[in-house]
Amino acid sequence: MARTDIGPPDFRTMLPEAIKANYGNWQYHEILNPGVMRHTAKGGAQLYTVRVGSPRLISVDFVRDLCEIADAWCDGFLRFTSRANVEFMTPKKENVDGIIAAAKKLGLPVGGVGDCISNIVHTQGWVHCHSAATDASGLVKAIMDDLYDYFTEFRLSSKIRIAVACCINMCGAVHCSDLAVVGVHTKPPKVDNSRVPSVCEIPSTIRSCPTGAIRKNPDGEGVVVNRERCMYCGNCYTVCPAMPLSDAEGDGLAIFVGGKVSNARKSPMFSRLAVSYLPNNPPRWPEVTSTLRHIIEVFMTHSRKYERMGEWIERIGWERFFTLTGIEFTDDHVDDFTMATESYRSSMQFRW
Amino acid sequence: MSSTPLLDDLENGRWPSFVKEIKRAAKNNPAAKDLLGIVELSYKEKVTHWKHGGIVGVVGYGGGVIGRYSDVPKMFPAAEQFHTVRVNHPSGWFYDTKSLRKICDIWEKQGSGITNFHGSTGDIILLGTRTENVQPCFNELSDAGFDLGGSGSCLRTPAGCIGPARCEWACFDTLDFVNDVTQSFQDELHRPRWPYKFKIKASGCPNDCVAAIARSDFTLIGTWRDSLVIDNEEIKKYVAKGVNMREDIVDRCPGSSLSYDEKTQTLTVRPDECVRCMHCINKLTKAIKIGSKRGATILIGGKAPILRGAFLSWVLVPFMELKPPYTEIKDLLAKIWDWWDEHGRNRERIAETIARTGLKEFLKAMGIKPVPQMVKHPRSNPFVFYNR
Repeated sequence: MARTDIGPPDFRTMLPEAIKANYGNWQYHEILNPGVMRHTAKGGAQLYTVRVGSPRLISVDFVRDLCEIADAWCDGFLRFTSRANVEFMTPKKENVDGIIAAAKKLGLPVGGVGDCISNIVHTQGWVHCHSAATDASGLVKAIMDDLYDYFTEFRLSSKIRIAVACCINMCGAVHCSDLAVVGVHTKPPKVDNSRVPSVCEIPSTIRSCPTGAIRKNPDGEGVVVNRERCMYCGNCYTVCPAMPLSDAEGDGLAIFVGGKVSNARKSPMFSRLAVSYLPNNPPRWPEVTSTLRHIIEVFMTHSRKYERMGEWIERIGWERFFTLTGIEFTDDHVDDFTMATESYRSSMQFRW
Repeated sequence: MSSTPLLDDLENGRWPSFVKEIKRAAKNNPAAKDLLGIVELSYKEKVTHWKHGGIVGVVGYGGGVIGRYSDVPKMFPAAEQFHTVRVNHPSGWFYDTKSLRKICDIWEKQGSGITNFHGSTGDIILLGTRTENVQPCFNELSDAGFDLGGSGSCLRTPAGCIGPARCEWACFDTLDFVNDVTQSFQDELHRPRWPYKFKIKASGCPNDCVAAIARSDFTLIGTWRDSLVIDNEEIKKYVAKGVNMREDIVDRCPGSSLSYDEKTQTLTVRPDECVRCMHCINKLTKAIKIGSKRGATILIGGKAPILRGAFLSWVLVPFMELKPPYTEIKDLLAKIWDWWDEHGRNRERIAETIARTGLKEFLKAMGIKPVPQMVKHPRSNPFVFYNR
């Protein structure tokens, strides 16, 4: 029987020599280009990092390809970032070009450092999830194909962090990203009352609904959903498998903008709704990619140096955001959930 | 003609393709081949073909494996069972290639050969295996020195930023902390028994590179109590290179704590007014350094919108020194879990329990004295539950 509760391997066994030697001793870093950083330690030791993008959903052969680069140039070590990029590190300046050439040979983009659009944090989608309203890997592929040059080149004066979630569970920091795409359901769950009594616990199913839309079926076994009160969150489906809410026609995408987690200049902010519904249009989701590109271009034209999306919108006001982007403001944009009143304006300070 | 025309389209374009990756795995693996068929069907029909959960696991654990079954088993029998195995990553996502190759070999033998490096919480995600392979897969991973991550209503795999391994702004050792807390709470991680999931993330500075404030119930963000440090010789060099100190640095300071003297090319800080946002430090990496009295702010409650709405973590302890063996923070965690176990409802994240009972009650239970750093402003209503 396997040993249990051994936990992960100690990270200290996974660090290259150049990091062990300078652990906690770094002095400053420089971004040499969109894919290369140089860190300098007290005493002058230097470390070069080459960052490359990955599709996150990868085969074991892909991992072996990465290992070959690390064995050839980085003494057999590498790391991943929280955005599914791969980082190759070496104290030898002369190895940098070799790493870049090897990555490019594999078709991997080199970039994502500094004022770039880095890799997209995303979820599983149709590849693996039961509550997905859309695919995540495919959306990311379509978006990054379109925004590729923003990963490999400096085109921006601040970062843009993008996230994709295939449903409103929002696995990943979708609610605090500069740009976020979220799969949405727009139809109530389809209750199969022939199965509900056998596979679901009725009281917890009823309690799972945040708007109180679910009650016992007055005409027999199982439950009924009040369509008027349902906002399609899917929490009931997680508790009760006999009420799926995927719907080929109804499911689509919403776009949120202006979130951030860093404290630089302004405090962390939530992303807010920009577009409430776009059609689910695989394999390339052109409505989504063109909307994102459009928002990015308007942002680039009007934002000031260093301003993140949310800082820009805060400065110009949401009314100007909708005017400048030409996105229509609809009743979907007016909050009516738990903390709605916090978003209503009580001020004469607004623009036209 | 190809049987997957929609997915084939995603092999084109400059960004590396996940479809190519599934096809690579599919060359030797029938489950990966059938996965391709299932995903193509979803692309065609615009609905998912994965069924809701299913209990699958390894002996001794209550989590770590997520059962997954397809709803089209007749069409794609090899991927009917496509369970996920979560593998706890080493802190900072550092690897030696020997370990990575070992994981690859195990997964090629015991599963589909398809994986995520990494999932949103931080684990290595091994995607797609059958029930009978789950235990052997875990046995081999364990022999290779790896263990499963968290799933269900437990402590999820803790994660942190790169910290002192390669960052000059690490105010505490995020990697050591994550490793220590993961090892200390193995029981909480592997055996779900709480109202819902509980995530811990650690960022070494207020840039928060792992989004700890948004993505973890228990958030550590590095900070310092004394003044940041300015090297005016380096400032002069930045000015010579064309940096506009007034517009790009001084005017952007949220605490209005910086002044710049054009004549002497000197930047000064009023430490009491600095809010440690990181802007000037980020932009002038050679000239401005973090302070030396370092520790972390502990925040609580970060989560995505399900169910009562999204929360960014709230300040709980404005400053704590973080040194091994981290006794103070482990005691606090134990106290939090005890309280949440008692007061939390089923599927209620800690922020929702606190929102329901009130921060005041929570602070009382924790024995933490309220301080103004915890709130944006005091209450604006007079409805105090006086207790005098």
